[in-house]
Amino acid sequence: MGKRVGMEVSIAAAEAVKQANVDVISAYPITPQTHIVEHLSELVANGEFDAEFFCVESEHSALSVCVGAAATGARTFTCTSSQGLALMSEITYIASGLRLPILMIISNRTLSAPLSIWNDHSDAMSIRDCGWIQFFVENGQEVYDHVFVGYRLGEDRNVLFPVIINMDGFILSHVIEPFELIEQEKIDQFLPPYQPVHRLHPDRPVTMGAFALPSIFTETKKAQEEAIRSSIPKILETWKAFGDMTGRYYHPIETYKAEDADTLLVTMGSCGETASVAVDKMREEGKSVGLVKIRLWRPFPFEAFKEATLHSKQLVVIDRAISVGACGPVAAELKAALYGEAQRPSVYNFVAGISGRDVTPSDFIKMVDKAEIEIEKGNKEGYEIYGVRG
Amino acid sequence: MTENLNVFAVRTLTQKEYFAPGHRACQGCAEALAVRLVAKALGRNVIIANATGCMEIVSSPFPFTSWRVPWFHVAFENTAAVASGIESALKVLMRKGRIPHKKIVTLAMAGDGGTADIGLQALSGALERGHDFIYICTDNEAYMNTGIQRSSSTPFGASTTTSPAGKVQMGQITWKKNMPAIAAAHNIPYVATACPSYPIDLVQKVKKAADIEGPAYVHILSVCPTGWRSAPELSIKLGRLAVETGVFPLYEVERGQYRLNMDFPKLKPIKDYVKLQGRFRHLTESMIDEIEKRVHQEYEQLKEKAKKGV
Amino acid sequence: MTKPESEWTWKELPVGNVILEPGNASQYRTGDWKTLKPVLNKELCIHCGLCYIFCPDMAYSLSAEGYFIADLYYCKGCGICAKECPTGAISMVLEEEEK
Repeated sequence: MGKRVGMEVSIAAAEAVKQANVDVISAYPITPQTHIVEHLSELVANGEFDAEFFCVESEHSALSVCVGAAATGARTFTCTSSQGLALMSEITYIASGLRLPILMIISNRTLSAPLSIWNDHSDAMSIRDCGWIQFFVENGQEVYDHVFVGYRLGEDRNVLFPVIINMDGFILSHVIEPFELIEQEKIDQFLPPYQPVHRLHPDRPVTMGAFALPSIFTETKKAQEEAIRSSIPKILETWKAFGDMTGRYYHPIETYKAEDADTLLVTMGSCGETASVAVDKMREEGKSVGLVKIRLWRPFPFEAFKEATLHSKQLVVIDRAISVGACGPVAAELKAALYGEAQRPSVYNFVAGISGRDVTPSDFIKMVDKAEIEIEKGNKEGYEIYGVRG
Repeated sequence: MTENLNVFAVRTLTQKEYFAPGHRACQGCAEALAVRLVAKALGRNVIIANATGCMEIVSSPFPFTSWRVPWFHVAFENTAAVASGIESALKVLMRKGRIPHKKIVTLAMAGDGGTADIGLQALSGALERGHDFIYICTDNEAYMNTGIQRSSSTPFGASTTTSPAGKVQMGQITWKKNMPAIAAAHNIPYVATACPSYPIDLVQKVKKAADIEGPAYVHILSVCPTGWRSAPELSIKLGRLAVETGVFPLYEVERGQYRLNMDFPKLKPIKDYVKLQGRFRHLTESMIDEIEKRVHQEYEQLKEKAKKGV
Repeated sequence: MTKPESEWTWKELPVGNVILEPGNASQYRTGDWKTLKPVLNKELCIHCGLCYIFCPDMAYSLSAEGYFIADLYYCKGCGICAKECPTGAISMVLEEEEK
């Protein structure tokens, strides 16, 4: 049993990076990621952490530094939010195409305009397609844990993909939560030093980042797609090994009172914990409601998701971003995932909690009630922004 | 080794080629020659970060590579940042004992686009942070790889596809951005200009840059027959003329001290230089005079700096 | 021999599409590009090596006799060597088409 302490989630994340023996850290400050970067600076400045750490001149350069360092064989870390993620988005696709295991924590924050520092998932959604392994975590302990999971998984020779941990900005990053810290010896055993398959070194000169003609590009994409899809067993394996070490087992889809539910709330990120309070309340009132939480966003766990949801009648999917002009992105993807099934639940989509607007347990109850009314009217696959005035 | 070789002792250079033939550069490409010489100067213990551009494209069409040293292409504007990553990874991995200690030079190479325009921010950041690396700009004075569009390095009056010689505007209307001065303004230990028409000088400067601790910046004029509309066999002659007319003086700035490497009792007329290039075909007498006046003025200012040692 | 990219299957691709064989571009015959080829008049050659150092395609190498000889497999016929030769020992002549 590790030490149990209360600390700010950002600080714990930085401590995890230190415990993971990261070699090169490069970041650019942006609210609400700043506390991670500041604590890392402190650790390095005090000699508590031997790493090359520097604040670069932009997020684009931050990820580029990590790409250069990872290609040279170093374990690298960066973190950002919102506009910073948008700025480095070019490089996210490149890092995945080059198959470099980099770990990035995104302190999720809304994308401008208007400018807002508060939390939603629009930044994460903007890079859905970039080819990284992407996790959404619910609480501080999960952030801390997934740093180790992320490195072991990304660096696995059969995986070799960069990894994103999405944690809700302010809601998680700036709050003090209880943590069970893991002993360093256990982490050192769980996480051996990074051994790249290819690295930049004069002893074995390789060329990385060659350009591809149309006659070969499709094959390179197929190779990347196959590799990320077939990493799902490794993800499960890594989670199991982590669970065996700490007693905390994680799954691609987490469920709460869902097995026999007619209506399932579907969430990603920290609002899942709030939704579970609402589920308890609704169960007390005799409603057949449960909760499904998506933890693994990419590669999408189609089988696990179907297993958790096909028995139900309707899903009430909470999106925390909008694909402007089209849909809530998560709901759209879940609908697509279920489309081929003969028996499938209908999907009612709410966009809620945009840019830090609070979503309380009673809001979840209201959403479930609203969905029920609409479905009764025949509006089974509705889409609306919850709680907008006017 | 910085002996002043007054004789063209080409044979003092290594015969090894770290940049392989079979690359797809145009006939007479002096940028390819520049890269070849840089590779000779640095030898095998180097890791190269290269920007998107002519040299990247001609040297790395999957599955073929012209590189016999480790080489990495990521994107267009971040070469200095990628090189910062490579340099710090080498530093920390050697410090932690994960790779054996060895002198490995980190080189960032980019064209004028990837340096003076889209790459300027990353370059400035890397120079300010003081990474131990060499940044080489191979300057062919336009975005050649995408079809000869103007850059901030395009000389005044030159016709490019986005600064064409038209009826109302006659070519590039701004003066070439002074990248070596911008690099020197970061107070880095070493800045130099070079030209493959003076191969020994180029190689010496790159070797010096490799020996310097901290950032070094070398700006290499790369004649481009395709973009400059000049005959391919004239690429070396044109590079020489650029130096002899004062358009591209060869100088170094070592810890803030300027030194002119080649001075001429009298600079050759600009006309000799521009008449061989189709991109200047439209220049009027008065434009040529204007250019010559400015070139001479800047040359005198450079000589002043070199005299003062400042 | 590296096969051309159009013949690779996706399974054969190295991870991250890394190229593992340094300098394998040397398999590509850029010599097909030229219309003019350099011809050396050995009597005028002073062995200065300028043709060798100025070639952007690394086509020149030192023969056993001590002359720099152009490898026509790579030579693109740009004419730099002929132009820069201080004694005019190199001339560019039209390449005969191989029948």
